[in-house]
Amino acid sequence: MASLVGSRVERKEDKRFLTGKGRYTSDINLVNQTYAIFVRSPHARAQIKKLDISKAQKSSGVVSILTGSEIAEDKIGGLIAGWAIRSEDGTEMKCPANPPLAKDIVNFVGDPVAVVIAESLEEAKVAAEKVSVDYKVLKAVTSTADAMDGDTIHEGIDKNLCFDWLLGDRQKVKEAFEKADKVISIDIINNRLIPNAMEPRACLADYNSASEEITLYTTSQNPHLSRLIMSAFGNVSPEHKLRVVAPDVGGGFGSKINVYNEDIVCSWAAKKINRAIKWVAERSESFLTDIHGRDHVTHAELAVTNDGKFLGFKNETIANLGAYARVFGTVTPTYLFGPCATGVYEIPAAYSNVKAVFTNTAPVDAYRGAGRPEATYTIERLVEKASMELGIDKTELRMKNFPTAFPFKQTLVHTVDSGDYVAGMEKAKQMADYNGYEARRKDSESRGKLRGIGVSSYFEACGIAPSAAVMSLGCGVGLWESAEVRFNPTGQVTVYTGSHSHGQSHQTTFAQIAADELGVPIENIDIVHGDTDKGTFGMGTYGSRSLTVGGIAIVNACKKIVEKGKRVTAKMLEASPEDVEFKDGEFIVAKSNKKKTIGEIAFACYLPGVRDEMKSPLPEGEEPGLKETAFFDPSNFSFPAGTHIAEVEIDPETGEVKLEKYTACDDFGRIINPMIVEGQVHGGLAQGIGQALYENAEYDETGQLMTGSYMDYTMPRADNFPEFNIGYTCTHATTNPLGVKGCGEAGAIAAPPTVMNAVIDALGGQEITMPATAEKVWKACKNLKKSNSKAA
Amino acid sequence: MKNFNYHLAKDSKEASKLSSSNSAFLAGGMTTIPSMKLGLASYKDLIDIKNIKKLSGIKVSGKSVTIGATTKHVEVANSKEVKKAIPSLANLAEGIGDPQVRNRGTIGGSVANNDPSADYPSACIALNATIHTNDRKIEASKFFKGMFETALKKGELIEAIEFQIPEKSSYQKHPNPASRYAVVGVYVAKHKKDINVAVTGAKPCVYNDKDLSKALSNSFSSSSIQNMELDSSDMNSDIHASAEYRASLVVTQAKKAVDAC
Repeated sequence: MASLVGSRVERKEDKRFLTGKGRYTSDINLVNQTYAIFVRSPHARAQIKKLDISKAQKSSGVVSILTGSEIAEDKIGGLIAGWAIRSEDGTEMKCPANPPLAKDIVNFVGDPVAVVIAESLEEAKVAAEKVSVDYKVLKAVTSTADAMDGDTIHEGIDKNLCFDWLLGDRQKVKEAFEKADKVISIDIINNRLIPNAMEPRACLADYNSASEEITLYTTSQNPHLSRLIMSAFGNVSPEHKLRVVAPDVGGGFGSKINVYNEDIVCSWAAKKINRAIKWVAERSESFLTDIHGRDHVTHAELAVTNDGKFLGFKNETIANLGAYARVFGTVTPTYLFGPCATGVYEIPAAYSNVKAVFTNTAPVDAYRGAGRPEATYTIERLVEKASMELGIDKTELRMKNFPTAFPFKQTLVHTVDSGDYVAGMEKAKQMADYNGYEARRKDSESRGKLRGIGVSSYFEACGIAPSAAVMSLGCGVGLWESAEVRFNPTGQVTVYTGSHSHGQSHQTTFAQIAADELGVPIENIDIVHGDTDKGTFGMGTYGSRSLTVGGIAIVNACKKIVEKGKRVTAKMLEASPEDVEFKDGEFIVAKSNKKKTIGEIAFACYLPGVRDEMKSPLPEGEEPGLKETAFFDPSNFSFPAGTHIAEVEIDPETGEVKLEKYTACDDFGRIINPMIVEGQVHGGLAQGIGQALYENAEYDETGQLMTGSYMDYTMPRADNFPEFNIGYTCTHATTNPLGVKGCGEAGAIAAPPTVMNAVIDALGGQEITMPATAEKVWKACKNLKKSNSKAA
Repeated sequence: MKNFNYHLAKDSKEASKLSSSNSAFLAGGMTTIPSMKLGLASYKDLIDIKNIKKLSGIKVSGKSVTIGATTKHVEVANSKEVKKAIPSLANLAEGIGDPQVRNRGTIGGSVANNDPSADYPSACIALNATIHTNDRKIEASKFFKGMFETALKKGELIEAIEFQIPEKSSYQKHPNPASRYAVVGVYVAKHKKDINVAVTGAKPCVYNDKDLSKALSNSFSSSSIQNMELDSSDMNSDIHASAEYRASLVVTQAKKAVDAC
């Protein structure tokens, strides 16, 4: 039987998605359901002086209106930060309470203060407009860079500082810098982004007063984790009386990791009114209240020798947490960022210092790449600048500082198990025709255009898991994953996974893995996910962890099935279990023609006994049935890496940047389905290039979101991209049995510095901030013209 | 969106009769509906004019192209007659919004709305258009009054727009990367007697740039406007483009348009 791992198996989920048969949260309707509309703060920072619902309550169709007072009375818990980070001085981070409905004070535009529940959506909307809130508007803090100088937003949190965190050794870095021939320094901004999943958030909460069980259908990347948080911290319901279902989910990118206000409020309120409540975000609400991403202000320095060896690295960053610290809010700018900021280089001394600040903006949390795009942008912009200042070719300079051997002990935290960065660079150069660049530049020049080439080499720590590691770094849970493999008596297989697919194609890749492990045809394997009533438990999908953690749990559960199968075969065929081999779905007794198929064994396990022709006695002490569970907790993160190369052409008259060529050469270890990996790379690149050239979340000084719709927030479109030139190198991960590494975030991590390095190269080294909009580039072109005419 | 009464008018007379101070005509709805959904506008009555046959279609005579108010952008973009008579006009229609918008949005809706960044108003100015309403004929130069403001009276309905066929013309725009509206769009048209340089996106309302058209009247070549610097003091400035940048774009887009003529 040919192996399915490694082949371009067509997506099993596409039939459902492409024919409109997907089942998303908003597709689900329950008899007698009500509709919720949230009353949200129009101000970025204000005291609630008075909240009057009397007029709204009289509005037609209103079932109930609930506010922050009721939620406080019922002792419903607030939203939480999932990671506890300590400051350099040893003190614990400071986080404000984040009630699901604000009672006394609102801290960003969109912060909910009340929920209006009515018989119809229209009636809920009309009534919501009649809720009268008297606000005392306070001066908002919106700027990341100046947040520490602003008014104190949250009582008791001085300078709006959540923590001042350090990773690394300042003294060693100081000594390294003293030895340097040259110090390259850079001041950069990692622009704030809005995730923009295609499906807006939604939830539908139902309550059964007889079983006292709440069922919450919600757009979540991790239903089990949501249930745990809502139960343990939200006090919504005991865990066994709360079922969370995340059915088809249309994209998450990190924005659907969090338990949100609406999940808690609707679940709590459904029980209170004893009816189902449905809420579906409008796109404007998504812009305002989904978590945002990035938003760093960074000063970084690299100490180098004249011949291009890196000696030391400093990273001083202010990271915006927004109004509140949420599930991955505090770890994203620390452990997901700081360690990766030294990049793919051997740098003897380094530190990352991050000051995380609160502002009156939407909470900032993990967004595709989470910390690693910011890290890669920092080091790769710095290295590119070093190459310009030292006059050393950008690829040579990088290769000069690549690790020479693996495992590679990276400066700050990680030990990278495997990789070959030189091979990746060389292949990328060849794919991009790096050596032919000068001819293309001259051609652009002859047409009055400016051309630039940019390179970036990245590694990232993903497959976020090792429980011992993450818990020691402050994570509130262990990040293992579980899987359960169930055979039917007639031989089909259902695999229950704790991972969640919201675009990752698990139904296909996981089935490929199970098919290979069990020798069962792929069409006889179903993957079930997204329901706390189905499957053991799961930490969910984020940080490129599904395959490297969840996928391996499936492998391990399959291996247990095979082990049991060997024991049962031995008994049936009167052989010793050690003599039974398993291959392509068949258990074969060594040195004989005796064998059983895995289907026969499954059947036997469900009919243990002997009668006439049927002889399927189980070994003594063996349980009937064929079902196994595995929990997998890897020994390390997974470390994909690669080199990307971009070429841009700029029209100096208008400043328009055209991305002409984009080459991505990635090492994802073993690839299960190349077609799906390509899709992941394309999507990541679109988001990474989007950050570099188009996307930007902008607040004005009063805290109003200026880019709150697609009229003003530039989502990249297909015609913004060239055809991507994608290739791979492959070094197998040594930390899991499949040798796989994560691939979902690589594009979003590598693309921003790659594209910006190309733009800045075209502009003669002039720094500009992301996104490189036409106007910014036009201004830089004017400066270039001035300095060129001066030089002449 | 708040509830409203929907009317499907059978002719202009009925449409006009149904209109009130709290109503709007609905053609493609590409601005009206989103504005209502966002709560920026609300009407008691929407009067749908899409079934009024007389309002749709394209007629070309020797001197002019007349396009019915409810003619969709996609129809103008694909019209062989328009492509032959005024290729730049078909070209403009092809660059409006996205395929969804072009398949529903109408020329009459765009002109009546007079969005400062819309494309069609510049065509009206550049091509010496006449706006035919159910009541009268209005010259384009007297039609566009200010931001979202036109000479239309309450209940007055655009029936068709008549464009003068120029000797040469071209429309060039620098689109907003998010909305794809014009940050600046410049429509250059050389007629027998005059040259118009209609500019959209740069100011609160579409206008005919006299400095550029004067320079081009002396010599119809991009080099004659190469180094012109326009006054940006009354130009729009927002998060997408400063006034200074817009002023520069007017010249670069005008140059491109002249080169494409």
